[in-house]
Parts: sequence; structure tokens; C-alpha cells
Amino acid sequence: MSKQEQHWEKTRGLLMVTLAIWFVFSIGIFLFGAEMNEVTGPFGYPLTYWFTCQGSLGIFVILIFWFANRQEKIDEEFGFSERGDD
Amino acid sequence: MIKGNFIDNLPKVYGIYTGGFLAFIIIMAIAEQMGMSAKVIGICFVAFTVAIYAIIGWLSRTAQADAYYVAGRQVPTVFNGMATAADWMSGASFVAMAGGIYFKGYGYMALLVGWTGGYVLVASLLAPYLRKFGCYTVPDFIGTRYGGNLARLLAVIVLTVASFTYVTAQINATGTIASVALDIPFQYAVYVGLVSILLCSMLGGMRGVTWTQVAQYIVLIIAYLLPVFWISNKIGAGFFPHFMLADEVARIGELEQQFGFVANSKENLAMVPKGLAGITKAHSAVNATPWAFISLALAMMMGTASLPHVMMRYFTTPSVKAARKSVGWSLFFIFLLYSSAPMLATLSKLSLMDPTLSTGIIGKSVADVQAIDWYQNWNQANLMFISDFNGNGTVELNEFFMGGKAVVLATPEIAGLPYVISGLVAAGGMAAAMSTADGLILAIANALSHDLYYKIIDPKAETAKRLVVARVLLVVIGFAGATIAAMEIQGILGSVIWAFDFAMSGLFFPLVLGVWWKRANREGAIAGMALGLISGAGYLIWVRNGGSGFLGITQLTFGIFGSAVSLVSMVVVSLITSEPNAATQKMVDEVRVPSGRTILGKQ
Repeated sequence: MSKQEQHWEKTRGLLMVTLAIWFVFSIGIFLFGAEMNEVTGPFGYPLTYWFTCQGSLGIFVILIFWFANRQEKIDEEFGFSERGDD
Repeated sequence: MIKGNFIDNLPKVYGIYTGGFLAFIIIMAIAEQMGMSAKVIGICFVAFTVAIYAIIGWLSRTAQADAYYVAGRQVPTVFNGMATAADWMSGASFVAMAGGIYFKGYGYMALLVGWTGGYVLVASLLAPYLRKFGCYTVPDFIGTRYGGNLARLLAVIVLTVASFTYVTAQINATGTIASVALDIPFQYAVYVGLVSILLCSMLGGMRGVTWTQVAQYIVLIIAYLLPVFWISNKIGAGFFPHFMLADEVARIGELEQQFGFVANSKENLAMVPKGLAGITKAHSAVNATPWAFISLALAMMMGTASLPHVMMRYFTTPSVKAARKSVGWSLFFIFLLYSSAPMLATLSKLSLMDPTLSTGIIGKSVADVQAIDWYQNWNQANLMFISDFNGNGTVELNEFFMGGKAVVLATPEIAGLPYVISGLVAAGGMAAAMSTADGLILAIANALSHDLYYKIIDPKAETAKRLVVARVLLVVIGFAGATIAAMEIQGILGSVIWAFDFAMSGLFFPLVLGVWWKRANREGAIAGMALGLISGAGYLIWVRNGGSGFLGITQLTFGIFGSAVSLVSMVVVSLITSEPNAATQKMVDEVRVPSGRTILGKQ
């Protein structure tokens, strides 16, 4: 397998993990919205309500930065990262 | 100070700008104490901020195609994040979102999840790869990846349909705010708004829009957060509302139980002015079915990833790496406002509902409430209404009605904040609507000038001529949008949501599969775009004309149907026709690695 194919395989793997986390917090948990709302979440808000106001939104922010860092590592590993610019 | 190493000086320049804006707010506050009238304060806020944007637009003027179309590809990640946040958060986000949450609760909050979750798709599926491609516009990617003028033309059509639907709503919003703040009729205010919008983008194109959007973000975020924190402190709900409103949310739940949701009769509702609504849904309880919530969130997420005015912001970063990081910053800056909207809705609702607070009106006598100053003002503006349906002399929960915009516009006044805050909010709303309108008009004009005129009609046109065409189109599209906005055909929020559905119907899969599926070919993309857009639009027309719809897909989520048709037709047609040629496959390989020159830079 060429260097490029290996790079793409790892990139695709990272995409799948990222999309899986995205799916859980944008779609998965809201299948159980009514049940989850009975639970008290962070700062004392009802849990589902908290996810829609802050939780899912904040997780998406963190997820994107995490994804960007992981992808950079993959690019560096195979020598595909860009030089000297940021 | 501005020329030469402007990019290196950005933090300093915008730091001074922010300080100057805060000083301006303080000066206005002092002027108010000294007796300056509310009207003059409103005019000062709008005129001062718009003048600053116009100056930035003039300083950013350019005659180079690279600067005009992609701001010279040198916008640093954090600043591009701010510009994208302003580009993204429209007049609807700013003025109508807290109101939507106030009235509809959980079911509406699918939009919060959808309009943020979409950025995960942008970051992981598209933005870095389109940046590597080195295109000027989104149709530029479609046209080069799939080849041929028909694919490019279809992409231009989808882009224009989606963005134009969106832009009329934004020009409408600038007109509404300008007409309130400057006290002129809406029909003229729309054109005042339009001229302000064009001042930012005409001379500098993307470069001008980028630097004004950063300035607009700073104004709109201060204008949104300051009142939320102030009100929260003033009514003693907590100094950091986001972490401290659990008791208030629970208290609203108790009050809802105590008052009960009483349905109004048809005859009674007919007396309520159009556009106003009462509280009929629980504030924090789950009041929508899982599919209603998820389908709306999903449509907004896929729409986010297909809207060209957002995608083209990531063409302006210096590198692929920077494009990825920049998506993260964009969402962070959006998060600051979106996470505050539910808090504002909570504070606003509690202020009005709780009889133990001095601002509460439910349970008070109708005559007393009708004598309150702010009630009279907003009643006159057609944004508040009380009627004693049951004739018992007190205001019940089902007897108080409010417009969605009033949650943002009137809450500062209800909570007893000085008028200077209301002026600030008007400036913020104006900034939000202007920045989005600028991004959208530029996206349409660039697609028409670059893809239709330069790539299809006259490939030999010189740069100077191309930029003249681009600017003429900018003005023409702006005026067309303003003319339709002046007719006031549709509400702000509905047309915004439609724009997402149109974009995802036609563009989501052709864009994503262009990067992630090498086998996708021209015929497939053409089928995907054409059938996706047609079936999505057809479904909308069907449901609007009394069609029952299926699978719970409504006129707000028709993009789910459109994009499903798009996916199936694109895959089927690609597979029954021949695979893309070797050069195209090699191009896709190159798009997938960040290093090396951009695809279009090589040609």
C-alpha cells in the first residue's frame, strides 16, 4: 500500500470516529429526549434541556478542535503537512 | 498603521476598535443621563457603526482578483472565525432566535443543535479539501472536479436559489431595524440598509467583507451579551447566567403548572394582531417527538455544510491546516451567542411571568398593566397585546401576547435597563443582518461573475473587466433582493430555513462525494444536483398547497427528501456511466493531501 493510501485510510478512520461522536450528540441522545429530561444535568438544569442549550453545542466546539489536531498529526506522520504557515 | 503589515497588526487594530466602541457606549450612556433623547441615541448608534463599516470597506478596496474573491488567502484563523460567525449569525439569529425559544421551547431548540452541529460536517467532510482545491467559489469546485459547463451551471443555479431565498430575509431585517432606529418608513429603510450593505462589499469584495465582518462580530456579540448579563444581575438571577439559571428554569416550570396552559377559542385568537403569540408550550420540558426534533436538526446540519456563503469563508485562510482550525474558532464564536439565547429567553419569560417580581404582569390587573410605559410603547409598535378574554380583570397567561422580536428588543426595557442598551441592541441587530447579507450577495455575485461570466461565457476576459462585472452584479442582486424584501412576502425565519433545505437538496452530496467518492462522475453529479433541487422544491410546493407529506417531513425539512433523492440518483447514475478519467482521479488524490500546491494554482 502506498504512503498516500495509508494516509487516506487513517484519515477515513478519523472521519468515522468524528462522525460517530457527532451523531451521538446531535441525533442519538435526542431519541431519548423525554426520558433524559427527568435527570438533573450539569448546573442543575434538566439534562436534555442542558444539552440543547449548552452541552451538545460545546461538545461540537471541542470535537472540531480535537479533530483538527488529530488530522494534523496524521498529515505529519506521512509527511503531507504544509510547511511554515499557520 | 493599516497598510503594509496590516495582518500582523490585526489584534492591535481590532483591540483599539473594541476599546473605541466601548468608549462610545459609555459616552452615549452619559449623554442619556444628560438628557439626550432615545431617538437621537438610536440614530447615533446605527449611524456611527455603519459609518465605521463603510470606512473599513473603503480602506479594503482592491483591483486584484485574488484579493477580491478570497481576500488574498491570508486571513488568520481566529479572525476568519469571527468573520464566519458574523457571516453566519443573521438578523434572524440575533433578533428572532431567543423569541423562538421563548415561545416554542424544546421543539425550536433543534435549530440550536442543527446550526452548530453542521460545523462538524464542514470541518471534517469539506472545508479543508475545498481549501486545498484552491477555488474562488463553490461552483468552481463542482465545475473543475466533475468537468463541463452543465455541472458548473447547475451548481450556480442551486447556489443562487438558496442564497437569494436567504438574502431577501436579511435585507428585510436591516430594513426593519433601520426603520425603527432612524424612524423612517420601511419601504425607504430597506434601501438605506442596502446601501450600507453595498458600502462594505463593493470596493473590496471578499477582502472588504472579511474585515467589516470582524468589526460587525465585535459589535453584535457585545450587543447580545451585555444585556443578558446585566438583566441577570439586575433581577438577582446570578452574575453568570449560563451556569446559574437552573432555579429560574425550575421556577418557570412551577409557574406554568400554577397558571396552566389554557387554549384560546378561535374567535378570541382572531382579535390578536398578526404575528403575536402567547406562551402555549412548556419552557424546559420535552415537547416535540424525537423525529420532529431530529429531522429539523439534521436538515439544518446538512444545510450548513452546503451553504456557499459559509464555505467560501474557508477559502480565505492561508493553509489547509488553518482552514480546519478556523472552523473550530467559527463555532466557538457562534457558541458564545447561541448558548446565551436560551438564557435570554429564560430571563425574559421569568421577568414577565413571576408575580413576585416587580416586572411580572401575569396575575396583575389589566388596567395596571395597560398603564405601564413599556407596554404602551411596544403595544404601539404592534409587538405586545393584552385582552381580558374571560373578563375577570386580571391578566392570565393566555391573555398576554408578544411578537418574537420583542424578546430581544423589549426585554432590556422591561427589566428597567437604560435606553442606551436598546440603542446598542439595534446596532447589534443591524450588524448581524448586514454581515450575513454581505456574505450572501457576494456569494451570488461571485458565482455569477466568476463561474457564469468568466468560466462559461468569456474565458478570455481580463481581470479588470471581470471585477467590473462582479461589482455590477453585486449592485444588481442587491437591488433585486431589496425590491423583493420591500414587498414583504415572507417572514424572516421561514425563508431562512428554506434556504438551508434548498442548499442541502442540491449541493450536499455532490460536494461531499466529490471528495470522498472517487467513482462519482459528471453524469452522477448533474443528476444529483438537478433531481435533488427539483424534488426538494416539488415537495415544498406540494406541502404548501395542502399536500399531506410523508415520513413526517414538513415544509421546514423538505431538504431531507431532496437530498435523499440527490444521493440515490447520484450514486445510481454514476455507477451506470463510465468512471471518471485518470486525470480526475489523480486530482481527487491530490485534494486529499494538504501539502503541495492547490489544484487550480497548477493550471
